[in-house]
Amino acid sequence: MTKSWWKILATVLILYSIIGGLLINVPALPILHETIRNLYFHVPMWFSMLTLYLISVIYSVKYLNSGNPNHDLMAVESVNVGVIFCFLGLLTGMLWANITWGEPWPNDPKLNSSAISTLMYLAYLVLRNSIEEEQKRAKISAIYNIFAFPVMIVLLFILPRLTDSLHPGNGGNPGFGGYDLDDTMKLVLYPTFIGWILMAVWIMTLRYRIRIVEYKQEHHNQG
Amino acid sequence: MKRIILLLCVILQSLQTFSQENNSVEMATGLRSSGKIYVVVVVISVIFIGLAAYLFTIDKRLKKIERENER
Repeated sequence: MTKSWWKILATVLILYSIIGGLLINVPALPILHETIRNLYFHVPMWFSMLTLYLISVIYSVKYLNSGNPNHDLMAVESVNVGVIFCFLGLLTGMLWANITWGEPWPNDPKLNSSAISTLMYLAYLVLRNSIEEEQKRAKISAIYNIFAFPVMIVLLFILPRLTDSLHPGNGGNPGFGGYDLDDTMKLVLYPTFIGWILMAVWIMTLRYRIRIVEYKQEHHNQG
Repeated sequence: MKRIILLLCVILQSLQTFSQENNSVEMATGLRSSGKIYVVVVVISVIFIGLAAYLFTIDKRLKKIERENER
């Protein structure tokens, strides 16, 4: 119970974001209307994904340093759960875009580069499955992961900013952090980020622990 | 549990006091003042609490398996 305080915190913060996100007043803006509340649910998906990918790349570096198979397992499971959050972010973004921009997938640099980065991480999972030998698989995929992370950052946060984009915060387009986001929104938004990131990490640790048990049993049976 | 429900009621009550006026942009204020949005909030909260509780039980079960595995 003492160790799981952050899991309870995650639950409470997300619950707060659901209640506060739907009930607390938001600025009335044209086009957005009530959909501005999507900010509380769509953006945290991406932040959770980023956190998981960051954990993954840290553990890939650690694996290359130590050769400890547990570090490799942590890296994979982070990407596995990160991809789920990525798809949730894509789907919620498409629903939101359909209402505000008129179509679910306008040919926008932010959307297209997010699609490319998604494919990049799916390729990581495919790459892993294509290599039989355990250590080779761990090493090659760790190196791939270390290259994929900075490319993903460039695709998601640098390239869309250099061109025109519909997405807030890109291409001379002010983000919600500008005039749209008032202080009451921040009061909900920031706890939401923490809540969802903790939740994502929690799910990742569950998968990681299952993998550890499986790994131990496999090696026990062989030995 | 009673305390949590009571707390939830107090929070909902306090939120009701924020009401928007003079709005040229169409918002769901009518829905909110009629009180029916709360039903949706409660439904989503129940679903989320259910899923979170389920995650906790999975966590507990996994802990048990881990302990058995260590022996």
